Parts: sequence; structure tokens; C-alpha cells
Amino acid sequence: MKIFRILQISIRALSRNKMRSFLTILGIIIGVAAVIAMVSVGEGAKKGIQERFAAMGTNLLFVQPGSRQFRGVQTGAGGYVTLKPEDAIAIEQYCDAVAAVSPSISTRAQVVYANKNWNTQIQGTGEKFPQVRKWNVAEGTYFDETHVAAAAKVCVLGSLVKQNLFEDEDPIGKTIRINKIPFKVIGVLESKGEQGGFFNRDDMIAAPYTTVMKRLRGVDYISSIDVEAISADMTNEAQRQIEELMRERHRIAPGADDDFQVRNMTDVAESAAQSSQIMTILLGSIAGISLIVGGIGIMNIMLVSVTERIREIGIRLAVGAREKDILLQFLIEAIVLSVGGGLIGIIIGIGVSRLMKYVPTFEGISTVVTPGSILLAFLFSASVGIFFGYYPARKASRLDPIEALRYE
Amino acid sequence: MNEKIIVLENIVRIYKIGEVEVQALRGISYSIERSEFLAIMGPSGSGKTTLMSILGLLDRPTSGRYFLEGEDVSSLSKDQMAAIRNKKIGFVFQNFNLLSRTTALENVELPLLYSNINSKESKERALAALVKVGLKGWEYHRTNQLSGGQMQRVAIARALVNEPSIILADEPTGNLDSKNGAEIMDIFTRLNREQKITLVMVTHDPVIASYARRRLYLKDGQIIREEINGKADSQASVQGG
Repeated sequence: MKIFRILQISIRALSRNKMRSFLTILGIIIGVAAVIAMVSVGEGAKKGIQERFAAMGTNLLFVQPGSRQFRGVQTGAGGYVTLKPEDAIAIEQYCDAVAAVSPSISTRAQVVYANKNWNTQIQGTGEKFPQVRKWNVAEGTYFDETHVAAAAKVCVLGSLVKQNLFEDEDPIGKTIRINKIPFKVIGVLESKGEQGGFFNRDDMIAAPYTTVMKRLRGVDYISSIDVEAISADMTNEAQRQIEELMRERHRIAPGADDDFQVRNMTDVAESAAQSSQIMTILLGSIAGISLIVGGIGIMNIMLVSVTERIREIGIRLAVGAREKDILLQFLIEAIVLSVGGGLIGIIIGIGVSRLMKYVPTFEGISTVVTPGSILLAFLFSASVGIFFGYYPARKASRLDPIEALRYE
Repeated sequence: MNEKIIVLENIVRIYKIGEVEVQALRGISYSIERSEFLAIMGPSGSGKTTLMSILGLLDRPTSGRYFLEGEDVSSLSKDQMAAIRNKKIGFVFQNFNLLSRTTALENVELPLLYSNINSKESKERALAALVKVGLKGWEYHRTNQLSGGQMQRVAIARALVNEPSIILADEPTGNLDSKNGAEIMDIFTRLNREQKITLVMVTHDPVIASYARRRLYLKDGQIIREEINGKADSQASVQGG
């Protein structure tokens, strides 16, 4: 008995119950569409993150506090506050492969202007932040060395914050309150535009790092140092110089572990992409659960179908169908259902991920449908069919022909 | 002497219903010749349906031996039994047992689906079988659009299509009125006379049984009597064990 003929029989059997077949595959359609749409959101976020880091430039390095042993207890990376503003100054001064540095420390705060308020990230930076991060001001000016030295209460707004607090009003020269402390707005950063993922880079306020340390956080350390190497080719040399200098400054014995780490852009982009990968997997698995539920729907309907068609099975057995033939017939019916549902689900999933950006709630979320996710959803739906179709099919094939023929 | 197509040797069939053992057949020994038209008669519970199931390889005897065309088929595997049902046996049932909402042609093609025959030849043979039972022009009607007599003729065409050694009919006229019943019996008689097809029919209707050349009477799982062409006959050779 040829597969093609069995396929014909299966499709004919399914088309006799069109409504029921449709409802059965609906579960698979929704499951597959959900997997594809959700994974496309995750992939979109990942792509957005990668693009964002690529836009920052490849000659950017970060110095961060590292792991450190304290009386035999190892802290995690970044678990200890070892970076001081003086480290940043020293790096700029002594490392000749370094073009510029910007110390970094941030906090979240409630920001108030007139009757509006907004919760955002306050990013403490050095005066060379625009150069190091390749991010210039659109209006006004960035703060300078004197502001930093004086821990001046000045700030530069991200474009989203400006939009939220000032709308069309000109913010330059106005005073906003960050945690009730008045800050003078001296500039607005250019918009980085909608980025993929769930982060909006324009939702921040830049202020001198000294101000954030002393006035907002009340600490004497910084959380990281952004370093610009003189060229992309010199990033490795800059990294070596920084490590040498830092080991010396922090008096780390030869062979002992560093209490800091220097990472270049590629490392950071990779780890960020990794975290968005986890999100993709998470979203995909939640959607995958609906596929399994859809599979149980198929199993349920196939069991009903086997019971309903006991007489038919009896007839087929009487005219010479072997167990294998009956098994295959019902298994293929289940697979036709799940694969058919899978194909429709793929089309709907792609459609949903394309249309998602037109839904106000998801504005700014970019989606990327990868061939991998399509293949995964398709194979998964097919195996759902085989897995949940096998039991009813086996039940059908094991029927006794005499009893099946007598079944009313 | 004609070739013996079926030889039964002391066939016993015991059903176990819970703790109770029911002896449906208590040692049947009999032989059926090629081109025979045999009717098996008996009251309900006499074991005639059980005998039919065993003859049709839908069931296996508890003990005893069954030779079909010289081959011992009493202890084959399920798949081997299916293959023999497919090639050597045609079934006609009281309730027709056609696939619902399926065309006459597709029903007749069903046995060929399970043998190695390509779809073109399969269709040709099915069409020819439908002509033999007088259903030319009804090939593409669905079974629910056919009358009882027509449905039974589709069933006969299905039994014929794989050119079986023997056709087994279980109360073939039981669900039909006397006119349609007579038509079905005419088809059987014609197939038996003209095409030399071996026919074994179970019935409790003496009128229907009178079409057969031989009649076998069962009671309590044993053969009690045999008639040939209306004459009572109780030879020793026929005697059940």
C-alpha cells in the first residue's frame, strides 16, 4: 500500500468532517503562530541590541570592577566597588593608546518639571561622553571639565525625557528637579531613534559623574569607565595598557586575580545578545506550551474518530488491511492535521510578526522571522502529530476484526 | 472427484467469557469442493457465525486444523491471515458493511488498496466487477444514495474484485425485502454457475438456502445433517466428531 494512496484516504476522511478538522488544527495553528511571532520578537530584540552596539563603534572599551577575593570569599564580577575616578584620570593620562575616557555611574530617580514628572535613569558621565560614545547634543551644549570638577548641578536630557517633560517648550536654561535637587538643563542629546528590544536609549538624563556620585548617590566610587581607543586596531593595545596600569595602581601581585575587567565592544555585544537569546527561548517555550495543548486536542479528536470509525476499521481489516496499514492511515491523518495546522500557523505567525509594529502597544518592538524558527515550529508541529497521533492509531490497528464489524 | 478447496479437521472453538467457557464449535470436520454452493443453516447459537469467522480467517480455531487450497491456515499470524483474506476470501455481510459517504467504485476498490495493484488497474477491475453485479452507471454514486439491494450488489462486487477462491456470505438477504433478496440470490447463482465461484452462505431462511446445492445443518456447535439437492443425506463421512 502506497503512502500516496493512504494520504488520499486520510485527506478524504478529514474532509468529511471539515468543521471538526478545522477546530482540531486551530490549536496547532495558534501554537505555531505564537511560537513564530514570539521568537520573532526575541530575535528582533537581539538584532536591535547588536545594531546598537555596532553603532557605538568598535574602538570602545569598558573597565568594570571585577571579581575579588576577600578572606577566601570570591565575589561575583562587579560585586565589589574598586573603581575610583582617579583610575579614569590615570588611564587617560598614562595609556597612549587611549584617546578619551568617561567615568560612568548611574542611578534611577524621579524627575520633576512644573506639573510633570517622570522616572528615568540618571547617567553620570565625564565631559568626553559625546566623543567616547559618539553621541552628540542636538540642542544646547554638553557639560565641560569645570562642571565636572565642581560637581555642578547641570544636566543634558535624552530626547524622550525632553519630550515627556517639556513637549514643545524649549528646555535649555530651565530648571528640573532630580530627587528634589534642582538641576539646570544645558542641552538635549540627539535622538538615537527607536531601537529594537525593550530599551529606549533616549529615556535618560546625563549629568556630571561627580554630581551623581556626591549629590545623588553619596558614594566615592564609579561603576565603570568608558574608554575610547585611538583607533579600532589599537583596542587590543589599549586593553593591554589599561590592564597593566590598573594592576599597578591596585597593587595586584603577579599571578593574583584582577579586581577589574576590561571588556571590548565585541564582548559586551555578545553577552547582551546572549541575554536576549534567553528571552527568545523563554518566549518560544511559553508559546510552545500552546503547541502541546494543540497536540492534546489532536489526540482527543483522533480517539473520538477511531471510536466512531470502528466499523470502517473492521471492514478494512476484513478485506485484508494489515495492522500496519490501519496504524499508518490514522497516524497519517494526525500528521496531516498537525502539518497542515503548522503550515497555516507559519503563514499567520509571519503575518502577525509583520503587523505587530502597527499595534500601538507594541510600537517600537522590531521583529525578525528567522528560517530557523520556521523550521523549528514546523518540525515541532509534525512531531506533535506523530506523538499524539500514535496512541489512537495503535488503538485502531489493534482492534479485533470480528468485534469491529459487529460494533454498532 | 472435484478438488477440495476447504478441509476442516475437528475444528473446536471455545470462547472464554469471564470464568465461563463456551464451546461454540465442538469438533467440525467437513470439506468443501471447488465451485460448490453451500448453505450453512441452524438456529441462533448453533455456531454457524463462528464457523463462518473461522472459514473467513477472521478468527482462529482453539484446536483442529483448517486447510485452504491445501495450505494449513489454522495457526497463522494476524498479518498472514490478513493477506489471505485479501487474496482468497470475499465477504458479503447482512448489513452490507460498506464505507459510508464513499462512492460505489471506491468501496469496490478497497481490497485492491491492500494488495500490490496500481491505481489504474485497480479502477479497471473495480469497474468490471460493478458491471458483473449489474451496477453499470452507478459507479460514482455514494453508498447513502443507493438502495439496500444496490448496496448489497456493491458488497458482492467488492467480494469479487480480487478474484478470491471463495466468497463467504453471512445472511446476505437478511436486511432486504423478498424481491431484492431474490435478485441477490440470482446474482450468486449466476456467479456460481457461470464463473464457477465457490460460495458459502450462512442463513436461517429455508427459501434462501434452497438456492444452494448443498445444505449443512448445525446445532450446538456440531453438524447434525447434510442435504444435497433437497435430499436428506447423513453419510458417515460428513459426521462431525
